[in-house]
Amino acid sequence: MIPSLPRPIWLRTATAAYLIAFLVFLFLPLAVVAVFAFNDAPYPAPPWHGFTLDWFLGNTAKGRTGLFADSDLLGSIWTSCIVAVCVTAMSALVGLTNAFLIERGRFPGKQILSIMMLAPLVIPGVILGISILAFASRIAEFADDAFGLELDFLRPGLPLVVLGQFSYIATIATLTISARLRRFDRTLEEAALNLGAAKAAVFRTITLPYLRPAVLGSAAISFLMSFADFNTTLMLVGSDTPLTVMMYGRMREGATPVLNAVSLFLMIASAVLALTLLRRGHSRAKPAE
Amino acid sequence: MLNAAADKRWHGRFALALLLAPALLWLGSLIILPHADLAVLSFRERVGPRQYSASLAQYKTFFTEPLYWHVFLRTAVMSVIATFMTLLLAFPIAWIIAKLARGRAGSLLFIICLIPFWVSETVRTLGWMILLRESGVLPALLVKLGLTDVPVELLYRDATIMVGLVYTSLLFMVVPLVSSLESLDNSLIEAAYDLGAGGLSILRSIVIPHAAPGITAGCIVVFMLTLGNYLTPTLLGGKNSQWFTEQIYTQFITRFNWEQGAAFGFLLLGLSTALVMVGLRLSGQRFGDVMRRT
Repeated sequence: MIPSLPRPIWLRTATAAYLIAFLVFLFLPLAVVAVFAFNDAPYPAPPWHGFTLDWFLGNTAKGRTGLFADSDLLGSIWTSCIVAVCVTAMSALVGLTNAFLIERGRFPGKQILSIMMLAPLVIPGVILGISILAFASRIAEFADDAFGLELDFLRPGLPLVVLGQFSYIATIATLTISARLRRFDRTLEEAALNLGAAKAAVFRTITLPYLRPAVLGSAAISFLMSFADFNTTLMLVGSDTPLTVMMYGRMREGATPVLNAVSLFLMIASAVLALTLLRRGHSRAKPAE
Repeated sequence: MLNAAADKRWHGRFALALLLAPALLWLGSLIILPHADLAVLSFRERVGPRQYSASLAQYKTFFTEPLYWHVFLRTAVMSVIATFMTLLLAFPIAWIIAKLARGRAGSLLFIICLIPFWVSETVRTLGWMILLRESGVLPALLVKLGLTDVPVELLYRDATIMVGLVYTSLLFMVVPLVSSLESLDNSLIEAAYDLGAGGLSILRSIVIPHAAPGITAGCIVVFMLTLGNYLTPTLLGGKNSQWFTEQIYTQFITRFNWEQGAAFGFLLLGLSTALVMVGLRLSGQRFGDVMRRT
């Protein structure tokens, strides 16, 4: 019940106990990942053998490869970064044009189009992956048969991974940016136009700065989602493996604590990104109230 | 004058076309055409090298081969259970965040609950593997507590898959629940209490009807994500996972039987769409509104 109503003591205790149990459940998996990155044993498992930085720095005497020397793992982080940057840029751009299309455009079929834009979110990622894979190879085959063209970018590989992730992340960018554009006070634009500003100038100096937080926010979310995507990527991946797929492969084989080390980095990076984003959102939301 | 008006209209059309182009290119070339192609693939059969004929053979295989539809049914049932359990687990937390915690404590708690989900699913699953495998933390703890004599393997069980799925889905339930509970006016609950209503009847006749849109949104998203999940069932369930997405992967990537894989894909898509429709119908909501909530 709510605080203004009498709550029996057992209910208060149960609530507190539940909250604590829930938080333990939430953070326990992350905590063990972090802790076992520093365990001086070849497998991320108890018992505790003492603190070590081997899984970061490496230890040639014990034949351990640390994260900073694991070129496969570092390479896959780099691959993930490249993919995420491409996906983020494309999603932000298309999200921006879509927002104007949905919020400002007037054309027949707009209702259907805006519903269609939501569809990628309800299609399972695996299916997005296989459909794009099949369609791309059909085009590649057709180009080969008809014109003798070898279109390598349509074969499984990073360009397809980018397209696959973009296909649903664009929806998220569209939703975020159009939600903010909907709340925009159009009289600001009209005032500027009345005062003689050109349309392009109005867009550059008024509308775009207003949308900036939404664009940046959706870019951060796109980057994280791209970095974390597994389902779609798995279907489209070629010889260059992004980090999630690489980690998955090693986890199936029984991994060394190097994976814990790289996970710890991911946790710190995403926590920093999340907190910056939330802080920005907070400080911007406050003055408006 | 007339010319200027026509000029302006032309400008408007040009701008519209410019805005339409990326949207149509995106939806057309990455969503609509690939799915149409997938449909074509699923309705054909290989009769010779590079020769195909239209047929329902792929779908027939699905229904005649018990393994396939067993896995399909199992995936569906487990996803429904996981969705329900996520709702049960998330509701009290959403209530605490939205109603019980005061002022900043509420938003702080909300942020704390969100943080684990900014980390990728791979990392979270790694954590569960370290906790649950035979040589892992929990089995060792059980031995130490004297509950079991030898470490037990906690991975590769259905219950483990369930824990992993619920864990992964929590965020997508908590967020819509919190936003729908926050908009519930406390005075309604107070009024009901003053009129003598008990906790359960307040929950049933005030809270749940008000939170219905949030509950529906959360359930739909969680169900879809669970159904389409691949990582959690395969890693936590191992060979026993028998998840339908795994069948799709096997057909497509391992066996290179794209026709069969495409048919499986469509069946999964059909199931997911059907249950989303049922959920919307039951709660009387529109798709667009639900998606905007999440």
